[in-house]
Order: sequence, then C-alpha cells, then structure tokens
Amino acid sequence: MAHDTSYTDQDFKIVGSRPPRPDGIDKVTGRARYGADVSAPGQLVGRVLRSPHAHAKIRKIDTSRAQKLKGVKAVITSKDLPDLTEGNRGNYDILENCMAREHALYDGHAVAAVAAVDEQTARKALKLIKVDYKVLPHVTDVDAAMQDDAPVVQPHIQHDGKPSNICNVSQFGHGDVEAGFAQADVIVEKTYKTEQTHQGYIEPHACLASVGPDGQGELWVTTQGHFTVRNLCASLLGMDIAKLKVTSSEIGGGFGGKTHIWTEPLALALSRKANLPVKLVMSREDVFKGSGPTCSTSMDIKIGAKKDGTVTAASATLRYHAGPHPGPWGMLGGMTAWACYDFENVQSIAYDVLVNRPKVAAYRAPSAPMAAFGVESTMDLVAEAIGMDPVDFRIKNAAKEGTRASYGPTYGPIGIGPTLEAVKNHPHMRARLGKNQGRGMACGFWFNFGGQTCTDLNIGVDGSVNLTVGTVDVGGARASMSLIAAEELGIPYDQVKCNVGDTASLGHNDTTEGSRGTFSSGMATIFAARNAIEEMKARAAKTWEIDIEDIEWRDGAAHAMGMQHSNLAPLSLAEIAGASPGTGGPIAGHNEVVADGAGVSFASHICDVEVDPETGATRVIRYTVVQDAGKAIHPDYVEGQFQGGAAQGIGWALNEEYVYGEDGCLQNPSFLDYRIPVCSDLPFIDTEILEIPNPNHPYGIRGVGETSIVPPLAAIGNAVSSAVGVRLDHTPMSPPRVLKAIKEKQAGG
Amino acid sequence: MRYEAPSTTREASALLANAKGKAVVLAGGTDLLARLKSGDIEPDLVVDIKRIDTTQSIKRMASGFRIGASVPCVEIGRSAALKRAWPGVVEAAQLIGSDQIQGRCTIAGNLCNASPAADSVPALIAAGAKASVVGTAGRRTVAVEKITTGPGKTSLGKDEIVESINLPKRPPRTGDAYLRFTPRTEMDIAVVGAGVCLTLNGKGEVSKARVVLGAVAPTAVIVADAANAIIGSRLEDSALAEMAAACEAACNPIDDMRGTIEFRTDVSGVLAKRAAKIAYQRAGGK
Amino acid sequence: MSAVQVSTTVNGDAIDFVCQPTETLLDVLRNRLGLIGSKEGCGTGDCGACSVTVDGQLVCSCLVLGAEAEGRKIGTVEGLADGDKLHPLQKQFIDNAALQCGVCTPGFLVAAKALLDRNPNPTEQEIRYALAGNLCRCTGYDKIVRAVNAAARDVRKQQARKKR
Repeated sequence: MAHDTSYTDQDFKIVGSRPPRPDGIDKVTGRARYGADVSAPGQLVGRVLRSPHAHAKIRKIDTSRAQKLKGVKAVITSKDLPDLTEGNRGNYDILENCMAREHALYDGHAVAAVAAVDEQTARKALKLIKVDYKVLPHVTDVDAAMQDDAPVVQPHIQHDGKPSNICNVSQFGHGDVEAGFAQADVIVEKTYKTEQTHQGYIEPHACLASVGPDGQGELWVTTQGHFTVRNLCASLLGMDIAKLKVTSSEIGGGFGGKTHIWTEPLALALSRKANLPVKLVMSREDVFKGSGPTCSTSMDIKIGAKKDGTVTAASATLRYHAGPHPGPWGMLGGMTAWACYDFENVQSIAYDVLVNRPKVAAYRAPSAPMAAFGVESTMDLVAEAIGMDPVDFRIKNAAKEGTRASYGPTYGPIGIGPTLEAVKNHPHMRARLGKNQGRGMACGFWFNFGGQTCTDLNIGVDGSVNLTVGTVDVGGARASMSLIAAEELGIPYDQVKCNVGDTASLGHNDTTEGSRGTFSSGMATIFAARNAIEEMKARAAKTWEIDIEDIEWRDGAAHAMGMQHSNLAPLSLAEIAGASPGTGGPIAGHNEVVADGAGVSFASHICDVEVDPETGATRVIRYTVVQDAGKAIHPDYVEGQFQGGAAQGIGWALNEEYVYGEDGCLQNPSFLDYRIPVCSDLPFIDTEILEIPNPNHPYGIRGVGETSIVPPLAAIGNAVSSAVGVRLDHTPMSPPRVLKAIKEKQAGG
Repeated sequence: MRYEAPSTTREASALLANAKGKAVVLAGGTDLLARLKSGDIEPDLVVDIKRIDTTQSIKRMASGFRIGASVPCVEIGRSAALKRAWPGVVEAAQLIGSDQIQGRCTIAGNLCNASPAADSVPALIAAGAKASVVGTAGRRTVAVEKITTGPGKTSLGKDEIVESINLPKRPPRTGDAYLRFTPRTEMDIAVVGAGVCLTLNGKGEVSKARVVLGAVAPTAVIVADAANAIIGSRLEDSALAEMAAACEAACNPIDDMRGTIEFRTDVSGVLAKRAAKIAYQRAGGK
Repeated sequence: MSAVQVSTTVNGDAIDFVCQPTETLLDVLRNRLGLIGSKEGCGTGDCGACSVTVDGQLVCSCLVLGAEAEGRKIGTVEGLADGDKLHPLQKQFIDNAALQCGVCTPGFLVAAKALLDRNPNPTEQEIRYALAGNLCRCTGYDKIVRAVNAAARDVRKQQARKKR
C-alpha cells in the first residue's frame, strides 16, 4: 500500500516529551542481555588466531596438533569456508576479510579459529596451530600506498592499466573551478592529514552461534543489522536465508562499526563443524585489530574568495585509505566535503586507496569529519585572509533551499543557515576568554538514509500494544517508537511496548545505519498504526452497524460522526480490542516501506579550548552543538546523540589514533593507549535543537545520529589557532604535535 | 597455574624459592592480571601476598612511615599523616590509574613491575624511600632506586618479596612534589614524570635537592645536575632554567606511541620546574 | 591446573564456588554465578565496565582473581536496588537519559555509588574524576554527570530523613 509520506504540520500530544525509556530498568539493574550475555547448554568457547604480520603469503596451516588436543571440538581455516560467492566480488572480499585465504592482509587478519570446551583449552589450541607465512612487503600509509613503487595489496585491482592500490576515483562538483580561482582576490591552499580512529564501542563484538547438520541455525549477535548479518552469513555459508534466525542482542554501542560481519561466519562454521553451540567474543585487542575502524586520510584543500566574502571556487583532492578491500569511503568524503555551501565553482576528487590495515567500516557520518577538518580549517584561513568574521563568512556562503549541492541534488528546506544564525546569536560566542584560551567554530553535514523497513503492531485484548521493529535500538529508539505509536493511536505512552524483532518475525529491515532508525522505523510505525486504526474503525463500524466512512479516529477511540449517530458513545481502543475475538479476531497493523526522502542534516558547533603552551596539552573547556533535528521525537535522546557525537569528535581531534610501527603492526590496541576521552577530559556539552521539518516525513523527522561528529575536528583546530596562534593540519592534535607547532612558531618558522 | 595466598612473608618466600617454572608475586594485580589476560606471561605459580599481616597497613614510626606492600594506593591517599609529611609521594601514588585501579594498585607493585613510567617511583626516590625486602636468607633494606634495573627487570632474587616501602621522617623545611604529563586527565601512563624533593636553609635557599625523572629512560633517573642547579637558589628563573636544561640533558627516552623523544625531553624540564616550585612552597619557601 | 574452592559473599548472600586459578572475578561472576550485569569491555582495567566492590572498595573485577574473593564481600550492580526499590542513582540514570546503549551503565552505577557512599555532596569536578575510570562512548558523559548530581541530592535527602 502506498502511503503519503509528506510532512503535515500537526500538533503533537506526546511526541516531543521525555518519558523514561522502556528498557531503562533492565539496563540499570544489569538484566539487559548484550552480545556476550547469553549462553546455551553445552556451548563451546570460540577463539580466533590472527596474523602477526601486516602482509604475508600463507603457505600452509597445520592444525593437526590443535585438533588432537583434548577438549578441542572444531578447528577451521579458510578451507572450511569454501568460496560460494559465485563471482560476487563484494561478497568474496567480505569472506576474505572474515578469514584470510591465500594472504594475510593486515596485522590481526583472522587465519584460523577453534572451538573448545573452555577458554584455556581454546587458547592452548591456538598456540598449537602452525602457520607457515612468507612475509611480504607492506604499506600502511595512504600517501605511500599511492606511490608507483608501493607494495600492491590486491594485485587484481588496476589503475591506469597496471596493478595499483588506487581502487576507486570519484569526482563531484559543478562550474569551472579554474575560472573561479582566477576571479579570487585570495586563495588559500593547504594539505591536511587525519589519522585512523576507531568507533570505540565499549561492548566488543560477540555472538552465540548454533547450527545443526540439517542446515538450520540460530545466531545471537550484537549488531546494527541482524537482517544483513543473516543474509551475508547465510550466503557465505551456503545456508537458506529462512533457515538462519538471527536475533540482535542489546547492542553496547556500534557507531557504524557493527554494520558488517566479522567473526559471525566463523562462529557459525565452528558450530556447524562441532555440531554444538559456539560463543565467540572478541577481546579488546581483537576489536582494535580485527574489526572495522575508519580511514586515515590525506587531503589538499583549496578555496578562493573575493574580499567581500564571496567564494569564487573551491576544490578538494582527497585520499582515503580503505583497508585491504575497496570501499566507498573516499567517495563519501568527496560528496560531503562542500555540502554546507552554495559555491558556483566547486570540485572534489576522491581516491580510495588500499593499505595493509583492517577493513574500514562506517564510523558515524563516515568520511565526513575528515573532509570537514580540511574544509572548515581552510574556511577559517580564508576568512582571516579577507578580514571577515568566520561565522559571517560562512553565513554568506551557506547553502539554502534551492541550492544545487556540490554532490548533485538540489536542496529542499535545510538547516545550515539557521544553525549558523543560532551560533552567531549564542551567548557562548560572547563569553570572555582567558589566557591561552581560544574559540573556534565549524560546520558539518550528513546525508542520512532511509531504506527498507518492516514494522508490526499488534493490539492485545486488553488494549495494550506490541510494536515490533526491525531496526536495532542503539540509543533509546524504543522510547521514540513507542512515542510515535502512542501519538498515532491516541493512547498513553506506557500502553505501548516496543520490541526489536528477530529475523524470523519480520520482513527484511536494512541495517540501522545512516541515522535511519527513527526516520524509517518511525515512518513504518506511523503507517502500521494507521493500518491498525483502519481495522479498528472497521470493527467499530461492524459493532455499530454503520458505514466506516462515518467513523473517525481521535483521542484513542472510534467516534461516529454526524447527528444521526449522536447516540453512539465513542469506542475506545481498549473496548474495540476487548471485543475483537467476536468481531473478526486479532487486530494488527503492518507496514513495509522503502523509506525514501531522508532529510539532509546540518550542524554548527562552537568550541573553547585552553592550550598549555609549554606542553601542548589542549583542553576543551566549553562546547556547544547546534543541529537541525527535523523533529525531535524524544529530545533527551536527540541531545544525547549531539553530545555523544561531539565527544567522539573531540577524542578524534585531540588524542585518538591508530599508531603503526615500521613492521606494519598496530602499536596501541588497548583502551589504555588508544585514548578515548574520559569523563574528566570533557566539559558539559550544551545543545540547541533546531526543528526544520523534513518535507518527506509525516512528522518532519530527519536523522540526528551522525552529523554531530563532523564539525569537532575543525572546530577544535580553529580554537587552537585562536588560542596560541598555530594552525594544526594533522589530527590528532596531540600534545607532541601542538608543542612542536608552538616551538616552530617561536623559532620564527 | 597454582594460586597460593600464604599468611607470612617467610612462607611466601619459600613458595617462590621452591617454585618449579615461572612464579610471580600478586599484590594489587593491576599489571599482573592484564598481562595474564593478554597471555604475555603464563606463570606456574601466583603468590598472593595480600593475606600477609605485615603487608597490610601503613605504620607511622619514629623513623618515618612503613607502607605495607599490599596497601592499595587509595589507602595511601586516606592517610592524613602521610599526606602531611610526603604530599608528593601521596600525589604520585594517587595518580596511578582510576579509582578502580587505586582500589587495588600498590606502590610496591608499581616499583616491582619495573615500568620506566611508574608514577610513584620518581617521587619515592626523591623522598629517599627504601624497600624492605624479605627472602629465604632474611631481610635487607634497599634504596628504592636500586630495585629497578631496566624495563621489567629488578634486582630482587627469585625468592625475594618487597614487604614494605619505608619513608623517612620528613626533615625540617623540606617539601616534595610529583607531576606527570599525560594526554588525558586520567587513565593514562606518564609520558614524562618529575619528582622533586628539596630542603631549605633558614634563609629560604635550597640547601638539599633531589630531582628524579620518570618515563625518559629505562629506569627512573636521578638528575644530580638538576639538583645542583637549584641548590643555593631561591628558584630564581635562571636557576630553574639551568635545572630544566640539566633535566633535558639527562633524558634518554624512546619514541613510542605514548610520546616522541623530542616531546619527552622538552616536557621533562617543564615538569621539573613546576614540581620544584610546588616543593619549594611546601618546604616553606616564598 | 587445580581448581580453587572459594567461599565468599555476593550482594549479601553467602556463595561458594569452584574456579580455575586463572579465572578472574569477572569470569566467575558472569560465567559461574550468572551475574551478567558486570561487563567485560577490555579485560585490562581500562574501561570500568566490570566495576564491583570488594569489601566496599571499588575495583575492576577483571583485575581480581576469582580465588582472591575468599572471605571477601563482593558488591555488584545486581545488588544496587533494594528489592523493587531502585537506588537513587538507578532512578536518576533513567530519568536523566544518562544511558544510550547502556553497556557501561552497570559500571558507572557501581562507581558512582562508591563515590556517593564516601562523598554525598560531590562537585562536578569530583564526579568527573571519580568516574574517569569508566569509559562511555555514547553520551559524552554530560547526562551521566547530571544524573549523579541529581542522585547525590536524593541521597542527601534520604540521609537527612533518616537523621530526623
């Protein structure tokens, strides 16, 4: 059934309030069950052997001694995962990433796995597996990987007619940038680098797999997309999709890192071989080495402007590393780089580059923060060069409704201008700064996504409502979905119970990524509720023996309209539900939709820092996020997204980085040396929610989850520059880098 | 792996002496357990010394303080007398890890783990602390700086256990301080640490000083030239600059994921200056 | 490897268990006693998700051997509520939306309770440093600090009521 998805300006009764989340009690009492919290009778412990080399040919793997160890029930290598991908290169890459085949492609690449009766035995077994490696030259730096003489990571990939690590080149923009630069009074051109970061979710990947010899299986897993996990695992293992039931556990953070499969096929293959359930939990080291962090980048940004602040041309050349397999990451950087602005002549060229590092996965607005670091730092440099206030400079060039975006589409109503105006008028901008303190601001953009969605709404005979969605609750979504269902049905919030359904109980749902959860499942929930309302109206019509056209639904009840029916008292949802066994049986609403029209999202951030000029230590002392939410369904959790994204961006800006040694091995795979911000590192993060309705959603919802990570890198860089007069062009802006810049400046460099 | 929790140091020492294979001492366990988890070590015997009476308390004596080897750092922070006498040592002990780590970690463990970046060690050395070591042959008292011989290496015999760390009574007009640099405000390993202890004469001039750096060499470094630079001074800028230069000259750090050689060297002087100023004030200098 | 027999107290209940000497207290709580509230985020004491108290002292249970629990009193997140009455921290975490994914929440609650037990009137800075051993990647800590602050107020009110 087609539904009208356009925005209608309605007065909300419940949406926009802040009730307690339905999973709150479970999560504060320790009862909530995450990936590693479920066990099965007779379960085995799975563990993965990982390559200690950045790049090596695997000559031979001898598992015989491990197999003979008492308590070991299964040992697998790539031989146990035969290639069933039938020429689908994307799936082959996933298979190869889950378990190395002829080559180990990065430090931490899985090469074998065991299932044993306990942890000790499994560990012992791993030590008994002998892998004969021939170590090959490696490359981990994105710029080095683009050189002609660089070791080639995937020989089948060609660029300019020869094997190359450049696996994708994409170009976006419009106008004539050369002509534009020729008109500029000022041109600023600068090269930037950003180091690789990790999503840093606190819960490691974990799953419990159970597969029988009949080809039926179950998988309990922490993931953002259990339907995707099901489809991929079934395909790689040669199972029927319908025979693999995947249940998403409570998820302990994902941020894009749990949108792929990693050890899940290994757990399933081990279980199939042992014919026993296998629980496989990654260690933190495994997570850093063997999951999907984001890219490191290298970028050339060039902006030309007239003295009045008009940007005449802008161009970006972006080099993003992809890990050992191609990905869309450079392309996304190229698309997002200039999306905040209305430039006549604009261009971005993006390279995706293979390196011997883990497969890159999405990380919250993937690829956008790096490009924004380069663009927004350069925007400040241009503003400075022409003597214009950086906020005014951005306001003058901001994209607006009707602007043709640098990546192609023409914008509808958007929030960049309003967020900038809000920043300009924010008291934070007028607060006084002390010695060695500085203020910076920056903007950010993210597309958002909709996608395939399927939702069920079942009404119990007592009038309580079960809502089953197929997107994962990554941060309070069940509260938002319950609010939407209650709003539509006209019943109290606590009469709705929202569940995340497993893959056997709903049709396909795309992975919870692209800030799509509230947008798309919210849309499907509205339509499922309206579907149920139609059914309830039909039941009332039957009860009253009147035409359904004479019935309207409001305030949680069917009302008979017209004078001729004035004797009919309204029938409440509970009354209709109570009578349902005799009026046609259970009442349910249902919706399947490809939710198109996800509204683009913009944010502007303000940041104050204090820099210790003798040590280079930078502290964020005040931070404000202004972002357009379209419509904030549950404002607490919208603020939470703003704050969480900002905090991740601050960590990225200041201290987080993957450090590789000369040997191509990761030096800091721990929460001690991969330094995500701790509580005492941060100030309160102020938020201002703007609501510029998305015209393509009945409630005006836009995704809110990702954009908040985009501006912080540049906002902090701009603030550091204002505090101590040095321009950092390399993240993280860690104390050694900041101190070095300060010393070079003092030395007159 | 066998786990033993003896009730006397003598028993513990005997267990270690007679152990077949690798034997390790467990005090707070904040380093040991992490190493067990990673498979970095696979001992055959773990001797938990927390059930030994003599390791469990902080004792104030005429000669100073005796801090038992299994006293967690949180207890050190709660000892008002110790804080009054050796605030630098207490601050250093309290910088080790989070509240959770503080609840377990010990200064004896911090010493015996022999990390170049151990926070409490430069402060202890600056304060002139000694370790009371018990082995099968009896007891010996060793200056703290003699315990660590290199990263992960100590001068202790296989059967020996540090039973306590002993601090002297604080001499008159003496103050100590410890500062470290970490990129995060908490939950971090020192990139550079600086412990300073100094004594003033009646005129407010530094008459004795000890400047000790951490994380800039394989072991904590006593920088005699840095001490000499401030002896006789009231920490005038020139004296401090000379001290900082001496610190920088004494650095022999490594480049690693936690900090560059250049950075560690630069910051050693900065921290030593700052620590010296605090110690000076604590000694009654103005 | 010989198993160790341990008698201990968990959340006020006497418990006997047998474990391998290499097992951590966290392993024992989760795998042998079914107390899954304590989480393993790192296994090296760097994230605080496994925070428990041992004889009232806040520790990371991943850095304690199960064998060390002999004769001690262990407190976990499962012991925070008093029957069906939530601890003020639990209530304020829900009311202040101080959790998103919630996997770090048990550790934060245990650590925050340890703070309020010794200091029911902490400053913002004291809260931030007391919780610095607990990593949260979702919230930016903002709402967590606010929730602890609100719970501290509740705890002080409770204490005042008891005194009266």
